[in-house]
Amino acid sequence: MAAKTQGPAVGYTTESTRTLLRVVILCFIAAAAISSRLFSVIRFESIIHEFDPWFNFRATKYLVANGFHKFWDWFDDRTWHPLGRVTGGTLYPGLMVTSGAIYHALRTLTIPVDIRNICVLLAPACSGLTAFATYLLTNEMTTSPSAGLLAAVFMGIAPGYISRSVAGSYDNEAIAIFLLVFTFYLWIKALKLGSMLWGALCALFYGYMVASWGGYAFITCLLPVHALVLIAMGRYSTRLYVSYTTWYALGTLASMQIPFVGFLPIKTSEHMPALGIFGFIQLIGFIQYVRSAISGRQFQTFLVTILVATFGLGLLGLVALTSLGYVAPWSGRFYSLWDTGYAKIHIPIIASVSEHQPTAWPSFFFDLNFLIWLFPAGVYLCFQDLKDEHVFVVVYALFGSYFAGVMVRLMLTLTPVVCVAAAMAASQILDTYLSWKSATPVEEQEAPKKVKGGLRGSDKPNVGIYSNLTKVMVSGSMLVYLLMFVSHCTWVTSNAYSSPSVVLASRMPDGSQHIIDDYREAYQWLRQNTKEDAKVMSWWDYGYQIGGMADRPTLVDNNTWNNTHIATVGKAMSSREEVSYPIMRQHEVDYVLVVFGALLGYSGDDINKFLWMVRIAEGIWPDEVKERDFFTPQGEYRVDEGATETMKNSLMYKMSYYNYASLFPAGQAADRVRGVRIPDQGPVLNTLEEAFTSENWIIRIYKVKDLDNIGRDHANAAAFERGQKKKKPTKKRGARVLRVD
Amino acid sequence: MAPKKNAAQPAPSAAATSQSSTTAAGSVPAPVGAAPVSTPVSAPAAKSAPANWDKVLQNIYSYYMNETPQRTKLIDVFLVFIAVVGALQFLYCILAGNYPFNAFLSGFGATVGQFVLTISLRIQTAAANKSDFPEVSPERAFADYVVCSLILHFFCVNFIN
Repeated sequence: MAAKTQGPAVGYTTESTRTLLRVVILCFIAAAAISSRLFSVIRFESIIHEFDPWFNFRATKYLVANGFHKFWDWFDDRTWHPLGRVTGGTLYPGLMVTSGAIYHALRTLTIPVDIRNICVLLAPACSGLTAFATYLLTNEMTTSPSAGLLAAVFMGIAPGYISRSVAGSYDNEAIAIFLLVFTFYLWIKALKLGSMLWGALCALFYGYMVASWGGYAFITCLLPVHALVLIAMGRYSTRLYVSYTTWYALGTLASMQIPFVGFLPIKTSEHMPALGIFGFIQLIGFIQYVRSAISGRQFQTFLVTILVATFGLGLLGLVALTSLGYVAPWSGRFYSLWDTGYAKIHIPIIASVSEHQPTAWPSFFFDLNFLIWLFPAGVYLCFQDLKDEHVFVVVYALFGSYFAGVMVRLMLTLTPVVCVAAAMAASQILDTYLSWKSATPVEEQEAPKKVKGGLRGSDKPNVGIYSNLTKVMVSGSMLVYLLMFVSHCTWVTSNAYSSPSVVLASRMPDGSQHIIDDYREAYQWLRQNTKEDAKVMSWWDYGYQIGGMADRPTLVDNNTWNNTHIATVGKAMSSREEVSYPIMRQHEVDYVLVVFGALLGYSGDDINKFLWMVRIAEGIWPDEVKERDFFTPQGEYRVDEGATETMKNSLMYKMSYYNYASLFPAGQAADRVRGVRIPDQGPVLNTLEEAFTSENWIIRIYKVKDLDNIGRDHANAAAFERGQKKKKPTKKRGARVLRVD
Repeated sequence: MAPKKNAAQPAPSAAATSQSSTTAAGSVPAPVGAAPVSTPVSAPAAKSAPANWDKVLQNIYSYYMNETPQRTKLIDVFLVFIAVVGALQFLYCILAGNYPFNAFLSGFGATVGQFVLTISLRIQTAAANKSDFPEVSPERAFADYVVCSLILHFFCVNFIN
């Protein structure tokens, strides 16, 4: 709606009225951005979403409870069970410190707010700031008064950004995108003015960004590339020198303050472009100075020798240092950015994460709607009068699009530039075609702009549009697109991005909403019925949730820093009980948790993720776990009667389908996710016993049995026990298990 | 930017070699990659056209002496000092090892940062660059310089451990 309001805004003459209107509109935009992110709170409740946010929430609670210094030195012995994690030194503290600061600020103002609500609402609050930062950034790019406001609207409600910032998704990206856009704004400002102060501000916000999100490397690479492109285009200026060197010198030192980053800025290849350009720009600056001192002929000899020598030696030095191991080569995640197949072959743990998959084409349209086709037009407009800041948009657009195409989650870094470029295109159209509506002074103001904005190739001045019909049609269709965009965004936000994924919603036959709350039911059960230090083994996806909601130690969690440890869990899950049991004993596992969606048709369950566990385990123990064994000879992944022996004997399969058939009448047991019939004779568990199964069977928890107190192995003991209850069938089964042993 | 400072110190003829080496060390203050950069400049220079080079340097020197205001020369002396301090630290790091790496980094970072900030100040106060910085008066430049230096040294002190 704010998009429509800006039209009249142009009509007012006095500067102050315009400023007031602009402020009001920006406030409305911020309000729209915030309120569209509240769907999840209204539909469900004020709850932390998904996986990573649970860790951030837990860390924030620790910070609030124990103070900053303890947080900084936090060693967490309740994760990665035997190992523990130096949490304070291995996280990006920006997010937690921000919400901690807000919490304490509100406390001093005597506003008692629960820390959970601050965490839930931090992302929407930041989205309002992001919209404002986008407004500032766009205003640096164009003289059109409406472009900035349009960009702010787009940024405020674009699903590509909403996907990571709905209320409750308390993740690093929540504040990082604001910092990203604002850092870019400060950079453009510093570059335009050539001011040290703006450069220092840029560095400070860059430091804040480094403290908040690993994606800071995007800035670290983009700014040097921008500087390099400017130099290559012959646009070197002393302003560039001042802003770049100030940013680099201060920003690098600022980034090194974060323990997790530490020495990385001078040791890893990701940071080398920035360092290289820093050196290069010194050289250019020096050469420029000399140029003003001596004559052209002499200067050429000087230039050639100096350039060739420096470049050759610099490159040689870098190669030598990298091969000698002083500079770390590119890390795995970065290789997977260049070669999308890399991760799949070398690092299954990276490839297994769904947000690291390459982006599918429709998701560009889904996340950006009509912005995606206005985007190239906006980039084209940047070429019209190509100044330093427009080069930035072009460079950013190129890199952003490439990276967004490689990894789904990097759609997030593309969204700001798409909004900026699309707003420039849209405002160009609106400014040209809407002039009939406004009073005379506007035409006055718009006339010089059109002349300036004319294509360099065409000599004819741009006179504007004569026919009113054309104006009505074009601006009308633009309006329709804008409205469709708003409705699309609202629809996407409410349907796709507002699910907490901790709580599931379904529709009853009569259309009413039914909440499926198995996760919290199970975690609550763990919290209330197990010992304080009972270790829970589960696949790493649920580690943070168990830590956050059930407050129990876990073996692995979403931090995934130790591939071997994850592979150990994968091996325990994918091996036979006789192999898994010693592993679980060694890790002091008390409970095993699996997610099982067959009853409800919940497709994100462990059986569907099972192949990743197998692959990751196979990466460490290729002799003991083989992916091929889980496929039938025809190459199918089956869970019904046709499943392979390895599959049927794996701990994961047994835990998932244990007793499942007893829910159904004979011969009717069905798996609704994979759509197959399950054999009536379910798997037998000897070393585990069922402890808890949630209402809809989504979460099943098993207790690891202790050693038998008269020294039998578990298979024997279990067979004996079954023999007491039933006679015939179990005896056979017991014997079979024995033979396997 | 670097030539002024080296030119300021030695006699014109001797400036030839010492200049290029200091230049590179000062102007490419990259921690590790910098060392190799420094020598090459003088080496090929001497090979290709010694007579020519002599002239080039002489020109630069005279240009510097005649065109630079006294105030700027003062800044240049400071630049030379920083460059020398930075070079000494780097030398120490190479010869005696980089054991307290934090301390070395923050010390070296402080010199590099201060160096580029001072050069920025020098650029912004030079009359020749007036057109590039319509909004930055010399006073403003100096205020910026002070603020940035404060931030820089805050980070360095914090990082020193």
